[in-house]
Order: sequence, then C-alpha cells, then structure tokens
Amino acid sequence: MTETSKITRRVALAGLTTALTAPAFRPSFAQAAPIKVGVLHSLSGTMAISETALRDTVLMMVEAQNAKGGLLGRRLEAVVVDPASNWPLFAEKARELLQVHKVDVTFGCWTSVSRKSVLPVFEELNGMLFYPVQYEGEEESKNIFYTGAAPNQQAIPAVEYLLGPDGGEAKRIVLLGTDYVYPRTTNRILRGFLNSKGITDADIMEEYTPFGHSDWQGIVARVKRFAGEGKKTAIVSTINGDANVPFYRELGNQGIKAEDIPSVAFSVGEEELAGIDTRPLVGHLAAWNYFMSVQSPANTEFKALWQAYIKNPRRVTNDPMEATYTGFNMWAQGVAKAGTTAVDAVRPAVIGQTFAAPAGYTETMLPNHHLSKPVMIGEIQADGQFNIVYKTPEVVPAENWSRFIPENANRRRG
Amino acid sequence: MRPARSVMKRIIVLVLLLLAAMPARAQDAFLTALPGLGGGFGAQVEAVERLGALGDPRALPALRALSEGRLLRLADGTLLIRDGATQVNAATGAPQQAAEADTQRININNRVRGALRGALGQLQIISPDPDERFAAAEAIFRSRNAANVPLLEAALARESVPRVRERIALALAASRLVASDPAAKLAGITALGATASPEARSILLEARAANADVLPQIEAAVADIDRRLAIRRVAETAFQGLSLGSVLLLAALGLAVTFGVMGVINMAHGEFVMLGAYTTVIVQDLARDIPWLQPWSLPLAVPMAFLVTAAIGAAMERGLIRHLYGRPLETLLLTFGVGMMIQQAVRLAFGAQNREVISPPWMQGTLMLPFDVPVTANRLWILCFSLVIFALILAAIRMTRFGLEMRAVTQRRAIAAAMGIRTGRVDALTFAFGSGIAGIAGVALSQIDNVSPNLGTGYIIDSFLVVVFGGVGSLAGTLIAAFGLGVINKMLEPWAGAVLAKVFVLVAVMVFIQRRPRGLFPQKGRAAEA
Repeated sequence: MTETSKITRRVALAGLTTALTAPAFRPSFAQAAPIKVGVLHSLSGTMAISETALRDTVLMMVEAQNAKGGLLGRRLEAVVVDPASNWPLFAEKARELLQVHKVDVTFGCWTSVSRKSVLPVFEELNGMLFYPVQYEGEEESKNIFYTGAAPNQQAIPAVEYLLGPDGGEAKRIVLLGTDYVYPRTTNRILRGFLNSKGITDADIMEEYTPFGHSDWQGIVARVKRFAGEGKKTAIVSTINGDANVPFYRELGNQGIKAEDIPSVAFSVGEEELAGIDTRPLVGHLAAWNYFMSVQSPANTEFKALWQAYIKNPRRVTNDPMEATYTGFNMWAQGVAKAGTTAVDAVRPAVIGQTFAAPAGYTETMLPNHHLSKPVMIGEIQADGQFNIVYKTPEVVPAENWSRFIPENANRRRG
Repeated sequence: MRPARSVMKRIIVLVLLLLAAMPARAQDAFLTALPGLGGGFGAQVEAVERLGALGDPRALPALRALSEGRLLRLADGTLLIRDGATQVNAATGAPQQAAEADTQRININNRVRGALRGALGQLQIISPDPDERFAAAEAIFRSRNAANVPLLEAALARESVPRVRERIALALAASRLVASDPAAKLAGITALGATASPEARSILLEARAANADVLPQIEAAVADIDRRLAIRRVAETAFQGLSLGSVLLLAALGLAVTFGVMGVINMAHGEFVMLGAYTTVIVQDLARDIPWLQPWSLPLAVPMAFLVTAAIGAAMERGLIRHLYGRPLETLLLTFGVGMMIQQAVRLAFGAQNREVISPPWMQGTLMLPFDVPVTANRLWILCFSLVIFALILAAIRMTRFGLEMRAVTQRRAIAAAMGIRTGRVDALTFAFGSGIAGIAGVALSQIDNVSPNLGTGYIIDSFLVVVFGGVGSLAGTLIAAFGLGVINKMLEPWAGAVLAKVFVLVAVMVFIQRRPRGLFPQKGRAAEA
C-alpha cells in the first residue's frame, strides 16, 4: 500500500513542480542553468496546517526574486517535495532534493523532530538548510541556518514579562506542553530559569499531553485548582499545533480570564487563531519575534507582497513566515556577495549579513548560524490579531546553548 | 414670619448652590483624571483607579469604552467614545465626529484590564439593573480592596435581590479581610469560610502570610471549604469522565453499525466524521447572511450532515465495498485509501487551515448544576445529544422495518433473501445509516475540536477500541464501553498525567481483550457464529 501511494504522490508532485515552475520561465534567462531552491515542508498530514503557508512564502520569494532579474543573472526555480508530516520521510525527501534535484539551498522543516531527522543528511551531502521556526536550541550545524528564535529570544523574555509588574507578578507557573522534544527541553530551561528567580519546584506545575489532544477539561480544572492556592499564577504553553484550539476553547468555557490567570504561548500565531472565536481569549499572551500588527515600512511591504501573491486580502502573516522571508533575503544577499551558489562559498558570505526585517529591526546573521532578533509580547485581541504590549528596545543575539542547562557550563558561548 | 421665611429662603438657596457646586467639583476631578486613560499603561491604571474611586457616573461610558476597545484618541489628546458609527467626546458627552485616519484606538494590557474591572465594579454597584449589580459585586470580590468596605456596606443595606445580596456579602467579606480592623477581619474570615467557593479559599490562603495572628481561624475556614469542595470535586471528575465518554460514544456509534453490525472494517470512518464537521461549517457559512436562520444553523447542520455523509457512504458501499464482502483485509486497505483521498480532497477544497465554527450562545460558558457543580455548557449539550442519538439508533434498529431487515440480513443472508428482502439494498442502507451517524458525530465534535482535514484521524483508533471493547455487534456494549473508558481515563489523569493515563487505559483494554476476546457483551447464539 505505502509503495503505491508513494509512487502516485511522487508522480503528482512532479506534475505539481512542473506546473508551478513553467509559467515563471522567461526567455531572458534561457542561457544559464537555473538556481534550484528546495522546499521541504509538509503539505499533507498533521503539520500541513502550519507548513503550507511556508511553502507558499518560499514560492512567493522565488517569484519576486525572478521578477527582480533572478540571482547572478540566473533564474530561480523552486523544487517542492511533500514529506507528509512523516519524520523519516523528511530524511528521504531531503536526500532526494540534494542528490536527484541537486538543489543549491533548501527552506524547510517545522517540528524539531523533522529537523533532527534531516540534519545528518544535510551534513553528509553538504547541503544548506534554512530553518524558520522558533525552537529549543541545543543544536548548531554548519549546514543549517536557524532563522527562528532560540529560547533566550522567546521563552525566557516571555516568562520574565509574566514575573514583572505588567505581566501580573506571577508567583506560580504552570508549564503545559505537547509531549515531544521542543516543549520538554524548553520547560527544562524554564525550570532552571524560574529556580534562579526564586520560584521553587513546589510552585511549578508541569504537564504534557499527546499530539492533537482535544479533551482539556481535567487539566484546565487542575490548573484552576493550582491557581487557587493563594498565589498569582500564570500559564506557559508550549502546546503545539491542533491541540491549541480545544485548549483555548476550554479556557474560555471554564471562565479563565487573562486578568486572573494569564497564559503565554510560544506556538500560537495569527494562523492558529484563525480557527477560533477569540473574544473570550482577549488578554492572553503570545511571545514571538514578529506580529502581523507590527508597524514598519518593511512589514507593510511584506504584507502587501503576501496578500497579492496569495490573492486574498484577508490572509494573515505570522512569525515563521517572516523568518522564512528574512532567511531567503539573507541567502540571496549571501549568494550575491559570494558570486556563486556553492555551499562552501555561500556559508561564510551569509554570516554577518544584515537585513531590515518586517519586525521593524535590522537583524544580523551571527557566527553561530542564528539571528539577532527583537522579542515581542502580544495580547490576543477580539479580531484575532495581537496587540503588542512589550518589545525589547534592541535586537537580542541568539544563545543556542542555554545557560540554564547545567551540562552547557563547559561549552563555548557565541 | 417674614424674617423666618427669608432665612428659609437663604438656606434653600445655599443648599441649591451647594448641590450645584458638588457635581461641578466632582466633574473637575473627573476632567483632570480622564486624560490619563489615553496615556501609557502605568498612567492608565492610575487614571482608572481614580475614576473608580470618584464614583462619578460620567466616568462609566469612558471606562466601558476603554475595556471594549472603543476609546479613541485624537492627535491633540482629546478622547472620543465610538458607539457604532457615531462618536462622542468622552469629557463632555457631546457628539464629535472625527475622520478614521485621525483617530487612534487606545490599547490596554492585563494590568489595566484588572484595574478596569475593579473600577467598573465600584461604579456599577449602584446600577438599577440587578444583573449589573451582581457582576459589579463579582468584580469587586476579585479585585478586593479595603477602601471598598463602606461602599459595599451601603450597597448591602440597600440590596433586596437575594442572589445579589449573597455576592455583595462575599465581596464585603473579602474586602474586610484586607482591611486593618481585626474584628472586621474575623467577620470576613467567618463569612468566607461559610461558602463553598474555590475563589474564597484562594483569598483565604493568600491572606495567610499577612495575618499571622488569625492563622488558626483562617486554617479552620479553609478546612471548612475543603470539606464542601471534596464532594464537588468527585462530581466534577465524574462529569468530565462522562463527557469524554460521550465524545467516544458519538465517534464510535457509526462504527458500531458499519463494523459492529455489518462487519465492514471501515478505516474511512474518521473521514465521515470530518465531513460532518465540514458540513456544519458550510451550513453556518450559508446561514450567515440570513439573520433569522443564524441561531438555528447548528441544529440544522445535524440532518444536513446525516444526509451528506449517508449519501457518500451509500455511494462508497455500492461502488466499492460490496465487491469485497468477505475479504476483510482488502476492505481495510481499500477504505484506508479512500479515507486518505477524502482527507486530501477536503484539504485541496477548503485549505489545510482550521475552519472557524461558531458556537451558539447557549453552548458557551459554564453552567451550575445543583450542589454548585460547575459544568461547561458545550460538553453538557454533547452529553445529552449523544444519549439522544443512541436512543434513536436503538429505536431504529429494534422498532422499524428497516431495522428488522437489517438484522435479518446480517444474521442469515440467504434466508433473508429467500424471504424476499432485497439484501443489496439493505446493505447499502445500513452502511449509509452508519456513515450518516458518523456525520452527526462530526457536527457535535466541531464544537469541541478543530475543524481541519485531520479531524477524523484522531478518532478512528478510539472508535475501534470502544466497539471492540464493548463487544462487536452490541450497541449496549458500545455505550457502556465508551462511558467506562471515559470515566476511568479521567480518574487516572490527575495522578498519571494525560499521556500515561491513555497508556494505562490501552494496556488495561489489551489485557481484557486477551481474557475475553469477544468484549464486554459478546454476541451469543447463532449470531456469534455468523
């Protein structure tokens, strides 16, 4: 069964790729071979909800770059594959991109487990991957550029906000997460951070749920009870993907107001909120490095480009899309500087690139292959957008090896 | 006579003057505090607290507008209240229209929101509407402040509606607890201890640190509340278990017909549930522009979902499954493939994003059952709905001609055919019936889960688990298995966590099936050998 479905899928994808790239073909580029851009995002399965928008972002960037005359006088060509939310398939598809299609660069992956799955392939075949999602850190590969946030650029500032006067001076913290590597590692870092702030383990509640968990009534009732012990409580949520909608619905139905128990989420953006009535959730928080509501010329341009490309003036943008956009531009600048698409030449050229990102700050690619980014905290509003209540005055350099994990004490920083 | 009259006159004039001057002074304080609402978060909190303490009813519209995001600021600092299409000046109350481009909406954060709740409570406690007074007492209770004691004492003396009185008394007790008067404090502790409210318990625990002198009284009051809460917690857990059970039951009922009665291993069952949920989305989209239909869109979606999924089920049975009767392995692979195709077709047609389903007002929020057991409205409705659907299915199978034919065909196909029953037609109808029930389940599940193309995949394993555990072919077994698994899961969850609880339940079912392969209620007699 799997064999036949794989073949049909491959045939369908080959058709899709040709269909997508054919109209972009322009005679002016006809002489030089095109630069191939791999797109490794799930278009089916559980992660399709988040990753299809990233595929569209890369296709949009390829089209925009070609309209500007391509790169190094060559046309760009996107190669789209579908790893179908299947982690081992990610590795197979990565190999296919590098060996069969011989792509020059790849944009892809969302979950940490998919990135861990393709990492050895990119290292073995010396490819280049731009990974656009916030993650738990504790990783550094010369073949990957991480354009999402490291924990010190998202999780820690967000919890610091909750402990501060504007966040309600929380004294107890509930760590809720989906049961996989990103929430577990993040919560381990957060526990270390909270302990350093004088919040003992007795005042920390930690719970994990399976992927796609939909029955939150017991957990939310327990959170209420935990919060009812006479200390101001806040929820830190690393709940991923589909489980968020039922979670927020349960919060609303059990009458948990943001004034009483605020919750801050690290994986909930504008796209995820599109599926729920946000009126009962007003005031709950999310921490990102970009919100669609940011006021900046670069963001106006980004939003206009996206809504024109997708032909829908109501489609939202979100943080991983912005990270993809920034990463693509940095890669293009690196290629222009290196004068070639060879991975070994582009890699040093990308490091040190700066870009005026839609977030409204100038971001820099650091030698640790991560970005310096601003940190923003937004409150959910009734219209599904975020009202930015806090942002760092300057960009924050990424610290991919957290200082709150004891084993990292001997590791070099930066 | 004359002088006395003139004295009287003077006094009256004086009183009138005073009366006229008082609001003017209050208004001045109001006017000085008001611009703070347009400042930074810190300035906003200060202004909100001052306006609340003033007790000037003119502040009410401005504060309400701020909390609802309807307060606008002009470049010169003037504050406007937007009310539909019209705008009024927040200071004078006079209409003042400004262009959209010149106004800026004033944003607030949680700290301001908390302060607003307290201030609105202070202002609304004198409202003529008992519901507003109730909400105000609730707000003051949550924002507790020693300064509110006199306000609440006066409000309590005036109050005549019992349920509002009760709330005001609770708010007063909470405010007294933070006051400095020791006698009032003790009265507050006693009053809070007499309730069964988790919020009161929380306030008492919070007061422990600051009140070492009355610690024993506080501990006693907390113990009192705990005793009352213990019974309620058991009831709460039981409801959560039944609610999870009702979701399992809904998801499994359709399968109990197609797999349990017909013996078709239908791996596309989850996709029928998903199609039912998408039908709800479409019905709601269509009803959006018709005001009188809107509140009925969810009930209307139930028959629509049944018809849509039943039609697709019938087509699938006639077109594909009937060629594979008696070949379970091939049926499994075929239906699995069809399921994937349906899923991807929906993804292409509607996009991979979640679709928004509107919950009608009667399905939102928390309801209080007798003995103050809080239950969420949507889950209570789904629980009742699942039982109604179960009863209807049972009635359809036991009491209708179609049910009789269905049982006849599944028990002895050849004899049923010899009696003149068109077995092919009955097969198609039975499969359509089971698929339609899955569609109905989708309508209910759209209220608690994501409406996305993946909706069904989460339920297929659980559905088979329930049907096999309950005993294939037994509807009563499905009912008992669903509620049993739900309650056991929720009982295990508090101490094992959501992940382990599920593992334990799966292990328990595995052991049980090893011992009794035919489930809780095995088929007996001839049907068992068929």
